[in-house]
Amino acid sequence: MTTRTSTGALRGLLIGLLTLAFLAPFYLMLRNALMDTRGLTSPEWTWWPTEMHWENFTALFSDPTLHMSQALGNSLLIAGITAPASTLLASAAGYALARIPVPGRGVLLALVVATLMIPGSVTFVPTFVVVGSMGGVNTLWGLIAPGLFNPFAVLLFRNFYLQFPAEIEEAGRLDGLGWFGLYRRIALPSSGAMLASLGALAFIDSWNAFLWPLVIGQDPSSWTAQIALSTFLTSQTINLPGLFAGAVVTIAPLVAMFLIAQRYIVEGIATSGLKG
Amino acid sequence: MTALSDTSTPRSERDGSPAARPRGGPAPTRRRPDLRAWAAFALLAGPMLIGLGVFKYVAIGWSFLLSFCNAHGTIALGTWVGLDNYQQLLNDETFRGSLGQILLFTAFIVPVTFAVSLGLALLVHRVRRGRAVLRTAFLIPTAVSYVAASLVWKMCLFNGLPAGIANMMRGWFGMDAVPWIQTTEPPLYWIVLITLRLWLQVGFYMVLFLAGLQAIPRDVYEAAALDGATGWRKLRRITLPMLRNTSVAVLMLQFIAAFQAFDEFYNLFSSGLSGTGTAPVQTPLVHLYNTAMGAQNYGLGSAGAFVLTALIVTVTLIQGRFTGFGKGEE
Repeated sequence: MTTRTSTGALRGLLIGLLTLAFLAPFYLMLRNALMDTRGLTSPEWTWWPTEMHWENFTALFSDPTLHMSQALGNSLLIAGITAPASTLLASAAGYALARIPVPGRGVLLALVVATLMIPGSVTFVPTFVVVGSMGGVNTLWGLIAPGLFNPFAVLLFRNFYLQFPAEIEEAGRLDGLGWFGLYRRIALPSSGAMLASLGALAFIDSWNAFLWPLVIGQDPSSWTAQIALSTFLTSQTINLPGLFAGAVVTIAPLVAMFLIAQRYIVEGIATSGLKG
Repeated sequence: MTALSDTSTPRSERDGSPAARPRGGPAPTRRRPDLRAWAAFALLAGPMLIGLGVFKYVAIGWSFLLSFCNAHGTIALGTWVGLDNYQQLLNDETFRGSLGQILLFTAFIVPVTFAVSLGLALLVHRVRRGRAVLRTAFLIPTAVSYVAASLVWKMCLFNGLPAGIANMMRGWFGMDAVPWIQTTEPPLYWIVLITLRLWLQVGFYMVLFLAGLQAIPRDVYEAAALDGATGWRKLRRITLPMLRNTSVAVLMLQFIAAFQAFDEFYNLFSSGLSGTGTAPVQTPLVHLYNTAMGAQNYGLGSAGAFVLTALIVTVTLIQGRFTGFGKGEE
């Protein structure tokens, strides 16, 4: 009995410590963002700034070399387009590949699956070659387009629609719906949870993307929030509180979205991971 | 009208009776192209197929040709140089070094992430109340970008100042402060790299394991308990074997993620600020980025992309052979 309660207490303690450790970086980020440089570099530890330096945040947006507000706007636009568009494209393609019996469908599916073998970030040179030749450098479409086509999501949607009960579609067919109508009126609306899960994951991926925006968005006007922050981080000027304020600003939208759409994110991870 | 032509598909294929078609006419055979089906297929799958065609197939094909060309500062197919780029790349010590580094990094990070995320999942799964809150606490770092996390690790946790968190902890044990990122002997920067990635990724894999744990039926454990199995045996004999499919998927995802490491290496090691030294480690992707974007040598960069792709595909296939991945598909 006693050993049982003591292991239970030990486990509780372990979980508590781990939770603190996992949340600590968020606290540190916020604390540092609100301090001044002197307080940050002082050897004396303070848990919370005695004076709140909110101006670190306003300074961030008024610094002309950072382009922070434009970068945040770009990120929001890119993720805001990529998440719904890529999920919808994958759903449509997944439905067609699962349900519409056209000759050669197996070959097309194989061509989609084959692209999964080539890791996304390794293809940045080839993709740059193509997007660059089409004049996509420093453009919004150049930043967005390659991220719209996610073969993995196609595969997940295909598996989902394969299991979709045919009886429901029969009913729609009797009402005079064609293939496209069946997808748009019946299959698509009933895949809401799936769309939300994969859409939320796509938003996170797109918002946090680094390598491709670094490659294609060379001009400050096409920087994303991550690139602006990274440029700040790897530059030679030392403005520590500003840097942390920048980090807070770039992760705040995602953390907010995360807390709101948590259920879908968890579902999305579970589906995409297990099928992968 | 539409309904009529659409019944041509699965149902009439299944029962094969023309009587199923209300308005008679010849039953369409499988060979006959169904124009409506084709149109719907093209409309629904077309955009995706074209997109993958352009951004994957055309891109890779073109880049493959470029890798045999002297394409310096241009992405047009220039002078054909055969295997020169590949030769130059493989003779390049920094590239070979980067391949070694990424293999070492992978060999470290994959088992560590695997063990920690499985351990966390087992811990959280046991908790009766507040499981959702715990899951959130461990999962929320996955919302943070590598850039922001690198900043916290480099400038706050592992900065060289005595007041930096890691150095403060060393102080408790009477140890001197060290510049973590610049210390190469012993390679303390590995601690920075590994903990950073753990913090960002562990929650994601933990959720996968939690889903796997939830799928194990309770009565399996009850039966085992009747047979007198205790905690450790239950874990080895039931839990781990039942998590096999999840484990294989997690390993595969972790391998690929480790091989593609770029963000944290770039943000931790390039540049000034407290990181005065040059990058102690370079991954192949960082090398490729410098070659293609820095030196604008797209021929050499393309060759590097193919060497790296070949390496990843090989490792993935070997891993698939050992763990039997692919059998569990469907």
